[in-house]
Amino acid sequence: MDLSTNSVRKEGFDKVILILYLLIVTFGIMNIYSSEHSITEPFNLTMSMRTVKQLIWLGISLFVGIAIVFVVSAKLFETYSPVIYLFTEFLLIAVIFLGVEIKGSHSWFALGPVRFQPAELAKIATSLYLAAIMSYPTFSLHKWKDFITAAIIVLLPMATILLENETGSSLVFASLVFVFYREGLSGWLLVALGAFILFFILSLILPLWVAVVILASLLLVLFAFTIKKVTKRRRLRFMTTLGAIFLAGTAYIYSVNYIFNNILLDHQRKRIAVLLGIMEDPLGIGYNVTQSMIAIGSGGFIGKGYLNGTQNILGFVPEQSTDFIFCTVGEEWGFIGCLFLLGLYIALILRIILVSERAKTAFCRIYGYCLACIIFFHVIVNIGMTIGLMPVIGIPLPFFSYGGSSLLGFTTMLMIFLAILRSEKR
Amino acid sequence: MNRRAIKLIAGLLLVALIYVGRLAYIQIFNQDFTTLSQHNSLTYVDIQPPRGLIYDRNGNILVDNKFSYDLMATPKDIGKFDTTLFCSLLGVEREAVEKKLEEFRRNRRRIGYQTVVMFKNIPVESYSRFHELRWNFQGFSLRVNTMRKYPYNAGGALLGYISEVSASDLKSHPDYKQGSMIGKTGIEAVRDEELRGKVGYSIYLRDSKNKLIGSYEEGKKDLPAVPGKDIVTTIDAYLQNYAQELMKNKRGSLVAIEPSTGEILTLVSSPTISVDDLANIGQVYSSLLADVNRPMFNRAVQASYPPGSVFKTVNGLIGLQEGVVTPSTRYPCHKGYNYSRTAKLGCHEHRSPLDFEEAIMMSCNAYFCYVYKDLIENSPYGNSRAGFDKWREYVMSFGFGSPLGSDFPYELGGNIPSGDYFDRIYGVGSWRSSNIISLSIGQGEIGCTPLHLANLCATIANRGHYIIPHIVKDSPNIRIDDRYREKHYTMIEERYFDYVVEGMSMAVNSGYGSGATAPVAAVPGLEICGKTGTAENPHGAEHSVFMCFAPRENPKIAVIAYIENGGFGASVAAPIASLVVEKYLNGEISDGRKWLENNMLNLSFMERYGSVN
Repeated sequence: MDLSTNSVRKEGFDKVILILYLLIVTFGIMNIYSSEHSITEPFNLTMSMRTVKQLIWLGISLFVGIAIVFVVSAKLFETYSPVIYLFTEFLLIAVIFLGVEIKGSHSWFALGPVRFQPAELAKIATSLYLAAIMSYPTFSLHKWKDFITAAIIVLLPMATILLENETGSSLVFASLVFVFYREGLSGWLLVALGAFILFFILSLILPLWVAVVILASLLLVLFAFTIKKVTKRRRLRFMTTLGAIFLAGTAYIYSVNYIFNNILLDHQRKRIAVLLGIMEDPLGIGYNVTQSMIAIGSGGFIGKGYLNGTQNILGFVPEQSTDFIFCTVGEEWGFIGCLFLLGLYIALILRIILVSERAKTAFCRIYGYCLACIIFFHVIVNIGMTIGLMPVIGIPLPFFSYGGSSLLGFTTMLMIFLAILRSEKR
Repeated sequence: MNRRAIKLIAGLLLVALIYVGRLAYIQIFNQDFTTLSQHNSLTYVDIQPPRGLIYDRNGNILVDNKFSYDLMATPKDIGKFDTTLFCSLLGVEREAVEKKLEEFRRNRRRIGYQTVVMFKNIPVESYSRFHELRWNFQGFSLRVNTMRKYPYNAGGALLGYISEVSASDLKSHPDYKQGSMIGKTGIEAVRDEELRGKVGYSIYLRDSKNKLIGSYEEGKKDLPAVPGKDIVTTIDAYLQNYAQELMKNKRGSLVAIEPSTGEILTLVSSPTISVDDLANIGQVYSSLLADVNRPMFNRAVQASYPPGSVFKTVNGLIGLQEGVVTPSTRYPCHKGYNYSRTAKLGCHEHRSPLDFEEAIMMSCNAYFCYVYKDLIENSPYGNSRAGFDKWREYVMSFGFGSPLGSDFPYELGGNIPSGDYFDRIYGVGSWRSSNIISLSIGQGEIGCTPLHLANLCATIANRGHYIIPHIVKDSPNIRIDDRYREKHYTMIEERYFDYVVEGMSMAVNSGYGSGATAPVAAVPGLEICGKTGTAENPHGAEHSVFMCFAPRENPKIAVIAYIENGGFGASVAAPIASLVVEKYLNGEISDGRKWLENNMLNLSFMERYGSVN
């Protein structure tokens, strides 16, 4: 697929994104069917089946999508983004008190048979408002006031969702750091963030003094490579900074265990411990990951064939139509299928980034980046947990996992982007 | 494009690459997951093959299979099920099911996770109906029991019994599977390899709750069981049965061989195990082991006896071959042979002197002492030891002194003493024929099995060669070794056998009053040739021995009967052996001999044996 040619021009509508979207959704529904079909009964579809429900949700999503792209004026999204944002934030707080409890989290509204998760809406609202604020002509991330404003826009829903006990959805917002980076935030902040994660892991799996030695060595390497670029006048200050980083880092390394043992919740601690191999939990969270890897691994190069997987159908894989749907892909379609799906996602993200870069307005670009980051985070974390590269975080595979709220949310978010693009080209 | 955008894209692609690498590792390079997934979801259920049948030489089934079916239950796993369907499939009353379930509930602590029998011996129709719909009944399963069935009471211990493999069997035969049957004794054991077939398996899919939910890939990957091969034995079921009846209540053996092929027509070791006991070996095993008559012991190939006078034929043949005696050589006999100034080996009353054939006919001890003396002392070999060694070589060429190599396990070799042995006892160079004169009449240090003697009889019938006696017949299923076709020649020329045969014919067919030893064995119309033996032994009365073959030309059957403590050869062994020959060749016993048959059938030595071992 040619990702760079602009097929938008004529009609102002990006067909490439739409096609990628439809491919992913279709493949998703096929796999949802596979994950729930009965091995002993022939093909049938009933209203109670997830496949059918997902098809209905797809219908609703496409209807909403068409309305957004062709009926609603795209300008409205920018204009009303503060209102949408505040309304969403209100819902996020309200759901804590009014929502139903599902698996320990208070993040769902139940309206009759339909359930709805405002966190899905929050991704759209936050992206829109963030794009609106950051695209303001005088906005600059180098200004403390602007930076803090932008940060609060992201952190507020993140914190609220955390209160709902939806850690996974909350963490999604962290991916917006890449938007900040694209819009001028210092790259060192990304490095620092990476360092925090790296040393968190290192402190858990290695003796603490080793982690400190690694920190010191990294800082020395940094020092050796950058010292010549620093003017003599500022060298002292540079070295002081490095020293301070070292001290702070050492303190951090020594406090990691405390954070790990006292601040994280029990199940979060377990998931990380299992991922890092410092704890065995073969019947608990380890069971899920092991079974998931067995399912994917047993698919081999070309897979066992559609509807021929054993691990998914026989119930060895947990949550096989929602969070662990990738297992079905891995088992039945094999390495080829995984590559295909991963390829579709990467193509979609790349395409979004490319058209964003070419957008006329900052609003469109920033929103596009938000979209790309959120999809990226979902895909990487979701697939990562099924193949043992990420801790188990219960977030769905975008456009793919079973779940109406998620499908509608992601479709809406994508369609808004298409609508904004289209309005720009006309 | 924006530099930061390019960095971000590079980062994205790098992450994607790591993921692709990880997927390649777990999906392509690491095969463990495939194995694990199969352990997870596939259950292999063994299919036991039907065991091969055992036939007699005429196509009669000696050992058959029968199946019985049990409905098993694992009470812990029983969920909700359709009781009505359950009852109609199995053809049982609802109350019976409820009673059983109640019983399981009451004993739930004792049963635990075990699988127990719910209904024993369900009809085969119920079995197949239930098998079809077994997925509907979680916690229930079916079990097929294979049992042996014996249409004729023929063979007994010869056939052997089977039992389920034990832990130690599994250790010594890693290719056996739990639940398979293994032959423990007799033909079942010797030919277990062929009889048992190959265990197959069905692969079933199992879900995460350990419930079987269907065949894997519609059974395409299943391995069907390979049925065991049928074995055709050389046994004649009718003759075997008849001989068993004749040997009832006597200890001893009867072996009948087809001389031209070496095929064992009948092999009785009496007392034997009845086929009913074979089928229920588990229940009767300990009482069989405790029985003083040792029914599990195959005397015919595992007991070593002195051959007695039947062995005179061997010494006579060696004498003829060595030239120390000719058919017309006459020796006197006055109630025995004085082998030293003071010692005499006794003989019974008969006319004197006798020539070679008459000596066989009347079983003269003295005649064969003269022959034996000349063999040992007047040979061209220089000294007694050399003469003896030559004699031993001749004897061994008849198959004596070592296992014949039949297809019986644990065949005994018997004993022909060596020159070294006598050197040790008497000192080198200081023993002569007089020291070992008992060997001339088949007594002394000589030991052989009834199979050896049957083989001797077949050798004489064949005029000088034998084929190793065997019990498995060559069939398209099971080819037998070439050694069971090979002719083994003795060191005696064929022409000398005619004199022995003539002597044996005279022993049987000369009529009462002629001095012949075995006129009782004569059957009008059949020229039976036989030789009696009355073997002295340290365990009470003499053993009664008789070997015979018939017809004289192109013999069809050679029989040895050896009855422990039966007295004179002519009194028990000769009647029994001749009845077997008559039955085999004529199909029935002539009216004139019915009384003999009755006597033999009713004769019992069991009191004589008492509890003496």
